[in-house]
Amino acid sequence: MTHFLMADAPVDLNALRDGLHLAEAGGFCTFEGWVRNSNEGRAVDGLEYEAYAALAVKEGERIIEEALARFEISHAVAMHRTGTLRIGDVAVWIGVSAPHRDAAFRACRYIIDEIKHRVPVWKKEHYLDGDAEWVACHHCQTAPRASDESHDHGHHHDHGSCGHQH
Amino acid sequence: MRPLYGLVLAGGVSSRMGQDKAALTYHGEPQLRYAFEVLSPMVERCFVSVRPAQKNEPLRAGFPQIVDAVDIDGPAAGLLSAHQAYPEAAWLVLACDLPLLDRVTLETLIGACQHQHTAVAYRSEHDGLPEPLCAIWEPAALEALVRQVAGGRNCPRKLLINSDTLLLSPQTQGALDNINTPEERESVTRRLGGQMIRLEVEYFAQMRELAGQKTETVETAFGTVGPLYEQLKEKYGFPFEASRLRVALNGDFASWTQPLMTGDHVVFIPPVTGG
Repeated sequence: MTHFLMADAPVDLNALRDGLHLAEAGGFCTFEGWVRNSNEGRAVDGLEYEAYAALAVKEGERIIEEALARFEISHAVAMHRTGTLRIGDVAVWIGVSAPHRDAAFRACRYIIDEIKHRVPVWKKEHYLDGDAEWVACHHCQTAPRASDESHDHGHHHDHGSCGHQH
Repeated sequence: MRPLYGLVLAGGVSSRMGQDKAALTYHGEPQLRYAFEVLSPMVERCFVSVRPAQKNEPLRAGFPQIVDAVDIDGPAAGLLSAHQAYPEAAWLVLACDLPLLDRVTLETLIGACQHQHTAVAYRSEHDGLPEPLCAIWEPAALEALVRQVAGGRNCPRKLLINSDTLLLSPQTQGALDNINTPEERESVTRRLGGQMIRLEVEYFAQMRELAGQKTETVETAFGTVGPLYEQLKEKYGFPFEASRLRVALNGDFASWTQPLMTGDHVVFIPPVTGG
């Protein structure tokens, strides 16, 4: 079953939600990331997302599999947009259903954090003044060393992205 | 005038290579024989330096030998044993694991030798310090090494740093690069054979814009992606240090030391900024 979507156009979010609405689930938790109108003091006009789509889907599926193994949840789905987005558009969507709410909240948080650290997607901001820039990862920890042999999917380390918050 | 003798060092343990470096073939024959044949016409006498246990080993047994008579670790054992055997000689000392070594490098070394320095050596391409294992050691330098070793320090390089050593600029790129690992061996074999790997490199986001293209075919003699990235970083001005990147080979994350093969698809992944 597909758990992770890279979408180059808006997706029907109600349909994603319906897929999570299972008889065993006592609740559902979602996180939506939206394009906001400013970043670090600059007025933002819109965003452009570029992805290494094949690997993004592969890594996104791994993250959801990890969440399913780690938390007592029924189902989880995530979607990330690519292409040009305007203020207010949904850039990323995560939905988790579970018998009990605690696992749903925690799994949802886990999935968005891992997506931001691991999935190969890059954001270019277009500013109201006409300028545009690839967002630098100011808050980045040191990425995995180039010589790092292991390919660890654990969540205790940083994969070279930032905690850049929406 | 003191005689100039040659000493090819073949007493190493080759632990990182996992097999005897003297027996590796880069020029159609064992590297020890190749090194000996390059050096011996340029010196009055030429010897191979071996440990006692290697004396009768078939590859080494065919050469005039100087067997270690000094029980210390490292190449200083070979130098001191040669000096003990022929104290009046100057020695052109040569490691056997330098597959890119050429005649020009040795001829230049000999030509620069005017006897007023205690040693003649090349400046390392990597750190600028003297390379002790393709160098001419005068008797005075070997005497000084005897004293240094007696003081507990076995490093021949340290001796050259602290001596009146004439330092030369390298003649041939890579000529003094010793080959210690299977990866280095693969890379140098390719370079010698002119054998290149053809890769498809795909760029994303900022790197795509700086490279001015989405994909390109790259031919490289490098065996792994690390030195390839440094080359592309220089060419396109990528702002990322390799330590901040991940790499994907053929559609999935991979180790930076995974050997490259023709047809591989390579993506360098800068810090991600999704979500």
